[in-house]
This record gives sequence, C-alpha cells and structure tokens, in this order.
Amino acid sequence: MTIQNSNDEQTHPSGDERYSSIDRTMKQFEYEKDSLLEVLNAAQEVFGYLSRDLLIYISNQLNVPMSQVFGVATFYHMFTFEPQGEHNCIICKGTACHVKGADRIIEALSEEFSIAAGETTSDGLFSLTIARCLGSCGLAPVIVLDGQVYGKETPEAASMRAVEAVSRSKEKIAQSMEVG
Amino acid sequence: MNFNTLLDIGQKELARQKKYQRRIFCCTSTACLSAGAGQVHTTLDQAVAACKCDEYEAEVVKTGCMGLCSDGPLVRVEEQEKDPILYGNINPDLAQHIVSRHVPLGELEEDTDSEEQDQSVTPHDIIHYRASLRRAQTKKDLDNNIISLDLPFFTKQVKVVLNETGRINPDKLEDYLAHGGYKALAHVLDKMTPEEVCNEILESDLRGRGGAGFPTGLKWNYVRQESAENKFVIVNGDEGDPGAYMDRTVMEDDPHRVLEGMMICAYAVGASYGYLYIRGEYPIAVDRIRKAIRAARQRKILGNSVLEKNFSFDADVRIGAGAFVCGEETALIHSVEGKRGMPRMRPPYPSKSGLWDAPTVINNVETMANVPSIINKGAEWYASIGTEKSKGTKVFALAGQLRNTGLIEVPMGITLREIVYDIGGGIPGDREFKAAQTGGPSGGCIPAEYLDSPVDYESLTKLGSIMGSGGLVIIDDSTNMPDFANFFMDFCVDESCGKCIPCRVGTVQIRKLLDKINAGEGKPEDLEKLDKLCQLVKKTSLCGLGQSAPNPVLSTMKYFQNEYDSLIQPSQTFEGGAS
Repeated sequence: MTIQNSNDEQTHPSGDERYSSIDRTMKQFEYEKDSLLEVLNAAQEVFGYLSRDLLIYISNQLNVPMSQVFGVATFYHMFTFEPQGEHNCIICKGTACHVKGADRIIEALSEEFSIAAGETTSDGLFSLTIARCLGSCGLAPVIVLDGQVYGKETPEAASMRAVEAVSRSKEKIAQSMEVG
Repeated sequence: MNFNTLLDIGQKELARQKKYQRRIFCCTSTACLSAGAGQVHTTLDQAVAACKCDEYEAEVVKTGCMGLCSDGPLVRVEEQEKDPILYGNINPDLAQHIVSRHVPLGELEEDTDSEEQDQSVTPHDIIHYRASLRRAQTKKDLDNNIISLDLPFFTKQVKVVLNETGRINPDKLEDYLAHGGYKALAHVLDKMTPEEVCNEILESDLRGRGGAGFPTGLKWNYVRQESAENKFVIVNGDEGDPGAYMDRTVMEDDPHRVLEGMMICAYAVGASYGYLYIRGEYPIAVDRIRKAIRAARQRKILGNSVLEKNFSFDADVRIGAGAFVCGEETALIHSVEGKRGMPRMRPPYPSKSGLWDAPTVINNVETMANVPSIINKGAEWYASIGTEKSKGTKVFALAGQLRNTGLIEVPMGITLREIVYDIGGGIPGDREFKAAQTGGPSGGCIPAEYLDSPVDYESLTKLGSIMGSGGLVIIDDSTNMPDFANFFMDFCVDESCGKCIPCRVGTVQIRKLLDKINAGEGKPEDLEKLDKLCQLVKKTSLCGLGQSAPNPVLSTMKYFQNEYDSLIQPSQTFEGGAS
C-alpha cells in the first residue's frame, strides 16, 4: 500500500497538518517530477528541516526514486536534515563581512556555547549557522539572530545578544518546571 | 488590455502623484530594512496620518534602494519646486522629526473619533503623535542627518538600470507605468520584427552582465535562428558571489523592468515561456517578482495576446536552494528541471539545447534590465556610454573598507581611483588602500598601482581579475593577502559540485597548500607547486567555477608576492651544520 490517497484532506496518516501545505505545492505543480526542488523548498520552509520520513513521503508522492530525492536535497546548502535550535544565529561570512572581522564573531559565539559553526547545542536551545552572503554588505559585519538583523556587529555584542536570548528560554523552562 | 489603456493608467498615476505637495520616500530595500527601515516607514506613515493635514499635503512612498546603504535607513523628501533632501541614519524618532519639519499640522477636528473607522491609528495615538511632532519641531538635530546630493557618490554615477530604483514603489505596477514602463515592450510588439530587435541589441553592444561578457544580441540571434516548437527564456538571478547584491536590488526594487526586458527578449527569440531563477536567500526579491508577475497577468501584460498583439508569453519563478555553481548556465538549467545543479559539457550550448532540450536564452538580471532602456533610447545612445569594447553602465555593489558603501551604477571605463576615492569617499581612518577585489571567488585583487586603469571587461581580464557580476570589495592594509586568497578558496572547495576532478580535487589541494603556507610551514617549492596547480585547475576544469577558482590565488601571488615570500621557510642548507 502506498501513502497516496485520493482524499486530499487526509493525505498523511500522521494527521500532521503541515503535510497538507506540501500537498498544496505538489498539486500546484500537478505532481510533476520537475517540481522536486520547489517541493523540497516548501518542505524545508514548513518543517524547518527535512526528516527522512518527509523525504520518503515526497519521493512517493512525486514518484521520484528516493535516491534522487536524497541526491537533490543533499546537493543544495539550504536544506538541513536535523532540527534547528530554538534560537538561531546566522553569521554572514561574505567577503565584506570577512574583511570586517566576521571570523572573530564566529569564534566568540563558538567559544561561548562550545559548539562549532553549523552545530546546535545539546540542549537544543542554540544553533550557530554560517551564511555565504546576506547581501547587506554596507552594514558589514552582519548577523541575524532569530530573524532580527544586526549590522556593524562586534563579537562582544553578538555574544551578549545570544546569551540573553538563550537565558530567557532557560528561565522560561525553569519557571514551567516550578509550576509543574 | 492594449497599451493605450496602460498609458492612461500611467498618466493617471502621474497626475495623482503631482497633486501632492511633497512625497516622502522611504527606502525598504534589504540593506535598509536590516538597519530598521520597516519601523521608520511605519512611523512616517503614522506621523503623516496624525498631522491631519489636507490629503494632498504629503504622501509616504515605500521605495527601493537609494544607493548609499552604509548610511541607511534612508529617507528622501521631494517637495514641489524645491530641491530634494536626503536624510541618512534615520530611526523612528528622527522619522517623526522629518515629518514635523516638512509636513504642516492640520486642525484636529472635535469629532474625529467617529470618523476613525478603517485606521490602524487610534485617536489616542494621534493626540500622542501630534504632541511629539510639536516637540520635534523645536529640535534642530536633524541637520546632521542630511546627506548632500552633490556628493561625488551621487554625481559621478550614470543611472540606466537603476534609473527608477529609489523613485518608485516596486509593488505598484501603476508607478512603473507612470515612469514610462512597458513602453519599450509596446514599441517592440508594434513596430519591430524579432530580427530588428536582435539587431538593435547587437548594435548597442550590450554584453552579458553576469561576468563573462558575451554579446547579448549574438546570443539572442542564435536562439532566434533555431527552429523549434518550444523555446525558453531564463533570467539568472542566482547571485551567489559573496559581496554582490546588484541583481537582488534590481529584482526587489524594479521588478517590472526585469519582466519587461525578459518579454522583449522572448519576443525577439520566439519564446513563449520563461523562468526567473532566484536565489533562495532572497525572499524579498522572490516576493516582489511574484507580485509583479501577478499584477502583469491581471493587466494582461503577461498571458495570451500580450497587449492585444499576436504574442503570448508567461513567466514563473524558480527558487534556488543555495548552490553557487547554479550561476553556470547548464547547471542552472538542471536546477530549474528539479535536478542536482551540475554543469555539463558545452557544446551543445543552451541556445541549441537548453531547458528540456529546447533552445534557451539565459541572461543575467542586470542584462535584462538594460534592455527596455536600449529600446526606448536607441542602440546608438547606449553605445555612446562606455569604452570602445565595453558599452553602457555597470552596477557594482561597493563594499569593504570604504567610507561610502552601497550600490552604484557607473559608466564603463571609469577608473578604479574614481570609484574608490570619489564615489567611495576613500579609506576610513589612517589606513591605506591595498587592493580592489572584483568578481568574487572567480575574480582577483587589483593593487594600488593599477588604480588608474579603466573598469571594463578587457582591462580587468588583463589585470588577472574579471568584471564578474559586480561585487567590488575594497580592502585596506590590515588584510593579509594569502589569508584572503584562502578565504575564497574555502568558498570554492565548498561550492565545487564534484563532477570534474580538477575542480573537486584541485581546489582542496590548493587550499591545503595555502593552509601550509599561512601556517608558516611552506617551503619555496610549495609556491611553485601552488602556481602549477592553479594553472592546471584553470585549464582543465569543466565549467566556469573551476576555471576561475584559482584567480584569487594567482592574482594575489602576482601582485603581493612579498607577502607569500615572507611566510616561506628558507630551504635548509648544510652550512654550519656540517661537522
């Protein structure tokens, strides 16, 4: 039995509603095999990362071999296969940011959270991501912390912002534990 | 809808704009948004609403990039019969000052409460705002934020592609029409044959702005001469070079110009469908291009019988997912087809066998954006700008160790010195200019002794760099060149698609050698090895990525040999050691 189902409303047995948004994208492209990249883009956006189950689902729905789905997904940098941390700090490593000291910001954050670039802390609270170029070179060096852009950034300020964000989450967790 | 109807819409919009005493333009391009332009725009809107003045006293307009990104967020006020004023480094507080300075406060009517229905601003907000606007009137500190429009940064530029950016609302088709939008398309469909269009572009000497500089008219002619049922046009917006954001700005700030250029191209080559391939990291560009496509479809500019002529064309967006190699045309085609973005051997060239094996034109965003102006003003006019072999203008993303950074458009042939010292305002602090890096990871570094060379395709190639798509990063003497070369090699190692061995293995070995040299463990023979390896990768790689990957190393080795030499351990000799 395949996962495919004629009833559009309940395509995925898990009942996870996020799948229906991917179904919409596939439907829009009439389940064309060529739409694989678009579908993966939609999936990454909705789920935040591409799990194995998700890739199998897309492979089945588009009738594209899993090897090809995996091949395409791993080729492009924007797809991730692990969940991201609750807080995400993207550091631009474009030429302008490099010249203006992006490396020092990366070092400062790696040291602060004891993770390398591209990793997530073991408590799942913080991810450190490197971007090729965010295209705000006039503001170099640039970081993006939880969607908010900070230009002309220093290692100290970046560390402080990230530590603050993470400690807010830690406090929340502690509070909920107390209440519980 | 025929063009006369569109013309009417444009005229009406223009008349509407002219009714306003003053228009306040707020830059909402990515760079300014990063600096907080979103809040500035909201504040301007609310403050003007709170003034309760006559409707035609002021209008706040959301526009694209005004160029001087280092001083963002930028706000420009254009009052009737007065010179425009540009304000830089504006925050919400200063935005209120701008409004209080330029917009008169109207009478607050007693019964305003009943009229406030659709407003997001409550009467309480309005009273609060008016009070702060009055307070703002007494302060004078806004003068420090005025940026003179007579600065060489502005006067040395020649705007063709960026003519409307910063002047129009990118989300409004009417605004583009008011500025002469789609006139070139209408003219082409009405008065020119496809062959004439190709010849016009050929005569203008427009060359591909993606970096390689292939004559655009020639490319179009190849595709036009192919007899195939399906042909495609692809606009390459996969601007992957770090330090380059020209294409993003054009797509974000003047999306209809890109569409118009694309449609003229489609008519010239006989294509009826096209794709805009946009880098996934550019969500705003994707959003605005999509909006532009929807608006164009609504007005029947896209679709069957474009402008009621015998020409049909539609376009769609494809989003890249972060692969530098997809800037290469055959790799990009594979990516549009939903595959791994790997290049293939050419020939056959895409003009013969491209997307789904159909003849395909692929042009960079900036190339397409030049087309409407060439049609409107003529090939002769375009060819009058620039040098003998490089015509027209080039948009550069000026960044790095400079006073003024941002987006500039300059005539081809301008000297690097003019760009660095006049437009860029020189190097800040007591640092000295060391090199200009053009063309990103595929380009090279140009040292101070060549500051007076003209910026055009041939001169830059002769200096060991390339024009590239337009990233121009200025570095001062604090940058260590072997390390800088390693930065780009790191990039190429990551981005190599792995298909051909010279690039996949060669880039890794080059980086290893650079690492060794940077660590101070290099031997004299390593420099020789490095040079040989670079030449090998350059000559034997399959696509442009590999062929140009050694450029940053070769150019820094050529011009900054002493920095490499100083890191090298002298060869061990036997003198002294022998007993």
